[in-house]
Amino acid sequence: MHQTVKKQSVLDLLEAWLPKIIMAPTTLAMIVCMYGFIVWTGALSFTKSRMLPQWDFVGFIQYEKLFANPRWDVAISNLVVFGVLFIAISLLIGLVLAIFLDQKIRGEGAIRTIYLYPMAVSFVVTGTAWKWILNPGLGIEKMVRDFGFTDFEFRWLVDQEMAIYTIVIAAVWQSSGFVMAMFLAGLRSVDDSLIKAAQIDGASAWQSYWHVILPILRPVFFSAIVILSHIAIKSFDLVQALTGGGPGYASDLPANFMYTFAFNRAQMGIGAASAMVMLFGVLAILVPYLYSELRGSNRG
Amino acid sequence: MLNRSIAACFAAASLVALPVQASEVEVLHWWTSGGEAKSVASLKSSLQKRGVSWQDFAVAGGGGENAMTVLKSRAVSGNPPTAAQIKGPDIQEWGELGFLASIDDVAKKNNWDGVLPGVVSDVMKYQGKYVAAPVNVHRVNWLWANPEVFRKAGASIPTTWADFMVQAKKIQDAGYIALAHGGQAWQDNTVFEAVVLGVGGAEYYKKAFVELDMKALNSSTTDEVFKVFGELRQFIDANAPGRDWNVATSMVINGEAAMQIMGDWAKGEFAVAGKNAGTDFVCVAAPGTSDGFTFNVDSFAFFQQSDVNKQSAQKAMAEEILGTNFQEVFNLNKGSIPARLGMARAKFDTCAHDSMNAFVSTAQSGGLVPSFAHGMAVPGAVAGAITDVATNYFNSDTSPADGKAQLVAAIQAAM
Repeated sequence: MHQTVKKQSVLDLLEAWLPKIIMAPTTLAMIVCMYGFIVWTGALSFTKSRMLPQWDFVGFIQYEKLFANPRWDVAISNLVVFGVLFIAISLLIGLVLAIFLDQKIRGEGAIRTIYLYPMAVSFVVTGTAWKWILNPGLGIEKMVRDFGFTDFEFRWLVDQEMAIYTIVIAAVWQSSGFVMAMFLAGLRSVDDSLIKAAQIDGASAWQSYWHVILPILRPVFFSAIVILSHIAIKSFDLVQALTGGGPGYASDLPANFMYTFAFNRAQMGIGAASAMVMLFGVLAILVPYLYSELRGSNRG
Repeated sequence: MLNRSIAACFAAASLVALPVQASEVEVLHWWTSGGEAKSVASLKSSLQKRGVSWQDFAVAGGGGENAMTVLKSRAVSGNPPTAAQIKGPDIQEWGELGFLASIDDVAKKNNWDGVLPGVVSDVMKYQGKYVAAPVNVHRVNWLWANPEVFRKAGASIPTTWADFMVQAKKIQDAGYIALAHGGQAWQDNTVFEAVVLGVGGAEYYKKAFVELDMKALNSSTTDEVFKVFGELRQFIDANAPGRDWNVATSMVINGEAAMQIMGDWAKGEFAVAGKNAGTDFVCVAAPGTSDGFTFNVDSFAFFQQSDVNKQSAQKAMAEEILGTNFQEVFNLNKGSIPARLGMARAKFDTCAHDSMNAFVSTAQSGGLVPSFAHGMAVPGAVAGAITDVATNYFNSDTSPADGKAQLVAAIQAAM
């Protein structure tokens, strides 16, 4: 009797501790590799590090240099243009596709897969493919000219003013299928009786979508925007593959700027400063999201 | 239990550190493609003859950015390789950080001061002591031309920038692309450098782009440089942005374009296509730079080693690198010329002969200048700033005056 009690308590102890023991290495790795290195990068951004880390603290000089750099201005304004257009167009196309697919059409499974497929290839593949499609001498321009329209011009890829829009095109192509899938899942979860009630009240299809269904999809919008905006801020490989930041540095995004300065140019301090600015950009989006999520789960 | 696992850790660590043989060099480099890999293999075999084993530490990736990242992490963790491919002012940066080993005794014994031109040996020294050994010399200011296209267009190969504009117009009117170019930042900068040397001359080049003298940078010569550089925009086809340099070279090879301005590594592309120098293609100095030579020297820098055996292996390697045998084999494969002066020339082609002649004569006349577009002249931050301005200018319709103002501002900010 006495023995069984003791045995049970050992098992209980194990049961209580096992999850913690199993999680411990992961947690430790997270703390060191994520938060540790964030602190490390933050500290580096206040030093005059060039090729290797050097611990001479110089205050905000690297940030001053960063914001005085015309290339950083270009990268930031590109991010605004890219981010806004990419998110807006992806949402619009994704939503429209999802609504059309939701009309109980034939072959929905096949069509859905086709639209989702771009998500399966990496940004590098997308970038390389669109580089060929948009190249004036290989892609669309040449094709239309070969059809007989010899004055046709489509040169965004090689135009300093327009190059950033080619990145929007490729990114939208890649991501709108994914947004469609999110909206489709949302639409399917809308209670049928609500739509029927709207129909009985005499609402047109347009009215029932606008006044009933879309408001219900609000959380889906929110998740889609958060996911798309951090894709936008992290974008690096797409730019590298599609335009290489060019022509000149006209299509640079902050991530490309950071890589160039930290690793190619031996200006680790400026690179770290730009990484910190990017981190705060992500946080500015993530914190409200987390806040609303946590508040939501408390309420539920 | 804990003790045992700590012991196991130590055992594992010592296993990693153990296989250091009597005499071995571990060499970090990024010469992994065809001719380059062959060149490295020749160094490996000549070292093996001397009983030094070669541990290859190749990190692929064109400009060596990946290799540099690996090198930094190895150096910071206190375990640098024996030697690494480092060039130009980066050697000074590594020297300042206290990582490099002096190989001055090898240099003295083999009279490096006598066989290397002063401008090259200066780059190899940190505080007056040799810490690196040069393997080759690339001439960057070359103009590669397809004579067939010139004949068809009734044009002649230009020797000045003013003449270049005239001839390029003729070529363009005949329906060819005048200047084959790849719109990547470093290629824009390579052309910019040729214009700087051709328009401003070696004196101006050195003052403005090596010593970063503000008076020279603010002079009217800089306006002229940007004016000529800007005029070149019209002679490039619309598809240029993002194009790789070897694709541009192939446009010259197959007669689509007439000229390309590129370093002598372009010769390898002509050779692979089975073209002969002098008949199928012509190599001349870029317009206005026949008495100038922008050099790009690859070198191996040596890292401090505590192990005596490793130190002696390191010295053997340094000696081999400047040996006549390696200098010849390596450069025949790579398309460059030996860094060592006074070598036998029989096996090299005519372009290499021209390059060697220019190397010797410009070393005396003062026309031998380090290439800023290829990381030989100024520290990384400044070189990057110049690249940004050059590529931004070339891809926009900025006026020469604005280009100059941007250049001055960018260099000042980066210093």
